[in-house]
Amino acid sequence: MRAGIVLLIFWMLVTLVLPLWWLLSKSFQNQNGEFVGLANYIQYFSTPALFASVWNSLFIALLTTAIVLPLAFIYAFALQRSCMRWKGLFQALALIPILAPSLLPAISLIYLFGNQGFLKEWLFGASIYGPIGIVISQVFYCFPHALMILIAALSMADSRLYEAADALGASKTRMFFTVTLPGAKYGVISAGFVIFTLVITDFGIAKVIGGRFNVLATDIFKQVIGQQNFEMGAVVGFVLLIPAVVAFMADRILQRRQVALLSARAVPLIPKPAARRDWGLFAFCMVIGGLIFGLLAMSVWASLVTRWPYNLALTLNNYAFGQFDSDGWSAYLNSLELAAWTAVIGTVVIFIGAYLLEKTRSFTFGRTVAQFMAMLPMAVPGLVLGLAYIFFFNEKGNPFGFIYATMAILVVNSITHFYTVSHLTATTALKQLDAEFEAVSASLKVSLFRTMSRVTVPVCLPAVLDISIYLFVNAMTTVSAVIFLYSTDSKLASVSIINMDESGFTAAAAAMAVTIVATSAGVKILHLLLTRRLDRRMQAWRQR
Amino acid sequence: MPEQQHKADAPPYLRIERLKKQFGTFSALKDISLEIFPGEFVCFLGPSGCGKTTLLRAIAGLDIQTSGRIFQADREISNLPASQRDFGIVFQSYALFPNLTVSANVGYGLVSRGLPKVEINTRVEELLKLVGLPDSGPKYPAQLSGGMQQRVALARALALSPGLLLLDEPLSALDARVRAYLRIEIRRLHERLGVTTIMVTHDQEEALTMADRIVVMNNGVIEQVGTPVEVYRKPASAFVADFVGTTNFLPAVVVRPGCVRLGAVDLACDIDIQPGPGNKVTLAIRPEDVVVRHVQPTMPNCLRVRVADIEFLGSFCRVDLAIEGDAGKPALVADFSINVVRDLSITEGMDLLIALPPERIRVFPGAPQQP
Repeated sequence: MRAGIVLLIFWMLVTLVLPLWWLLSKSFQNQNGEFVGLANYIQYFSTPALFASVWNSLFIALLTTAIVLPLAFIYAFALQRSCMRWKGLFQALALIPILAPSLLPAISLIYLFGNQGFLKEWLFGASIYGPIGIVISQVFYCFPHALMILIAALSMADSRLYEAADALGASKTRMFFTVTLPGAKYGVISAGFVIFTLVITDFGIAKVIGGRFNVLATDIFKQVIGQQNFEMGAVVGFVLLIPAVVAFMADRILQRRQVALLSARAVPLIPKPAARRDWGLFAFCMVIGGLIFGLLAMSVWASLVTRWPYNLALTLNNYAFGQFDSDGWSAYLNSLELAAWTAVIGTVVIFIGAYLLEKTRSFTFGRTVAQFMAMLPMAVPGLVLGLAYIFFFNEKGNPFGFIYATMAILVVNSITHFYTVSHLTATTALKQLDAEFEAVSASLKVSLFRTMSRVTVPVCLPAVLDISIYLFVNAMTTVSAVIFLYSTDSKLASVSIINMDESGFTAAAAAMAVTIVATSAGVKILHLLLTRRLDRRMQAWRQR
Repeated sequence: MPEQQHKADAPPYLRIERLKKQFGTFSALKDISLEIFPGEFVCFLGPSGCGKTTLLRAIAGLDIQTSGRIFQADREISNLPASQRDFGIVFQSYALFPNLTVSANVGYGLVSRGLPKVEINTRVEELLKLVGLPDSGPKYPAQLSGGMQQRVALARALALSPGLLLLDEPLSALDARVRAYLRIEIRRLHERLGVTTIMVTHDQEEALTMADRIVVMNNGVIEQVGTPVEVYRKPASAFVADFVGTTNFLPAVVVRPGCVRLGAVDLACDIDIQPGPGNKVTLAIRPEDVVVRHVQPTMPNCLRVRVADIEFLGSFCRVDLAIEGDAGKPALVADFSINVVRDLSITEGMDLLIALPPERIRVFPGAPQQP
């Protein structure tokens, strides 16, 4: 077992810690590789053009958070605490943006409000390119992430608290502010941090619809790809790391303060119908859900249009990617391959890693180190990780350098980038197993491996499938990390979208984005069917 | 009693020598030495945190000790991992594999042995019949009650015919009636199979009814090892006297060997009192040992008391007694049967003459501990 943890730590070192370390050291070097101390940082902070992006990034991150939190809260409230109709539909609608690359809303917005957009007048002369477009796109992109956290937060309700408040004569409004809101406090704060981090580290949206509005993410891209100034890119990367890490640590500290809100004796809250409230919330969800759906529909329509806005006849021509991008459909196939490999290898590595950390009793030092490293990826933006990988794996003399410019580096990067959430999912599932299975196996002289395959994995199968689908969809839709790491052989669909958009083939870009959504949706539906079948089989032995 | 001697004549099946277990700076087990004889049913009894589970897990090899040696059937197993030792184990949480049927659970260890299927099925059926669940084979654990699940866990632990059966608080998760039933079941299984068994429990009633010998533990040390009668009648320390059953603790001072002073009264005691005259000691006497019938002032250890409170408990009454001249605070609790209370018309506020038989008083050095 100990050997397993050592291997895990080694894996984490090579895939996460060392590359980040290389990045940091690169930011202290000049173009010749000599150590120049803080020279690059000084240059960065004294160049107003560069430095302005810091404020820009913070601005749009905070603005998006301020918009998304209330919207997502009301939506989550509607789903969890009301007797509104069609909850299933609204929940599905709200989660659509997760299946799409982040820049899908941006593309739709271009069609709606861009230079040829038919809703252009609504902006009163302002341009969609820039902060307006970025913020609106980010709102759509971050909404489902915040929603999921708030749904979980609002699901933990003890009806007896409300009964007590009612008996003490509190009005519904008072109950909301004194019982509901405080109960969801940590969920709201957590969601806030998540939105902030997502926005500040996102690259795709800013690239497509950012126009001249510079943010940290596009700065890194410009420095590295445009100017070939890797050192400055490293500096910006490190600057980008700071807010992400701060948000992450603040969230962790708050998590520790979160007292268990649901004791074993809590009685779950079953919402009572209230016509005005329910229909009001219904209307609200219709609007939000409609907008989300509308944005997706816009992209679908745009992808099927011959030449916007002149020839609106429907055609599948835009899907013949070979015409617009040299790699054509192979980019899509590469993405599929990446997603599949990431899902398979990632699930195995992460689950076994979580198992080792859960079940090893001694070796506290090793376990603490490994656990810390497992949480680290959540604080590292994809761009920064991709950049770190370039420096680390391209370095002469790196024994693992052979994976550079292959599919392998993309797979490793994706697994590392999405490690934390998967790890937490696995750990939660494993914690629900009886702690003594391994002891029983030892006493019955059955190998650990046998018990793992006969008992542990089958019982944790829902979580294993959840992890696989999470890894698959994210690898399918991610832009940030891969933008630096792809090679001529392994160009990916999301990168292809950016290229096609840059070249002006917006319709084809939309088509590729829609293809990605369709694939993710298809796999997700497969996952749902599989889980449902699994649930039925497990009914026999699940808790009654 | 004779059976105990017979068992004690055989060489010990399990020998523990100077076992110590440290968790960082915390000493969970401090120098434990113990011998357990073949076929015995031993209970490790003690409050939470006393080290009884730690000791059990050290014997199983699940949490290896920091220092010390363990011998099982004359073979040193001190550093062997659990999978190489010979034991079956049952946990408080049953730890049944939820996705396997009862038969698959019980046969889990047998399958790895490579036995032919027919043999495994026969053995599984045999075991299920042994624990009283002959028809439960195809069911899943979630479909069984707690008591049934625990019996399946027992069957599973016994499947490989281990030399040692370890039970870690097996009855704590069950409700009172099921507990009482399973107590008898486990004892019956033990008598039928003759497997050396160690059971960890914090319930002294369980220990008293089930064990051949009880190992009373506190704070990582063994306070006393003895039969239930020995541990109850002759507790070796104030802790054992208090933990097993209830005891009155009275502060007294040594007058001379065989005599102590309680307040203003001199009491005779049976045993030679160490330390010497002038030292503080604690007198321990059980509530049921207080004599109130036919007490003459000429009898040894007579006391005048006043009844401060009577608690009706059905077949007996728990009576709070205040010793005369002792500021009226209730000092003694006595259990009087309903017969006695009726015959002597014992009521609140009444004056009584009681006797504390010298042979029933235990003396411990030092003043009584504050609770």
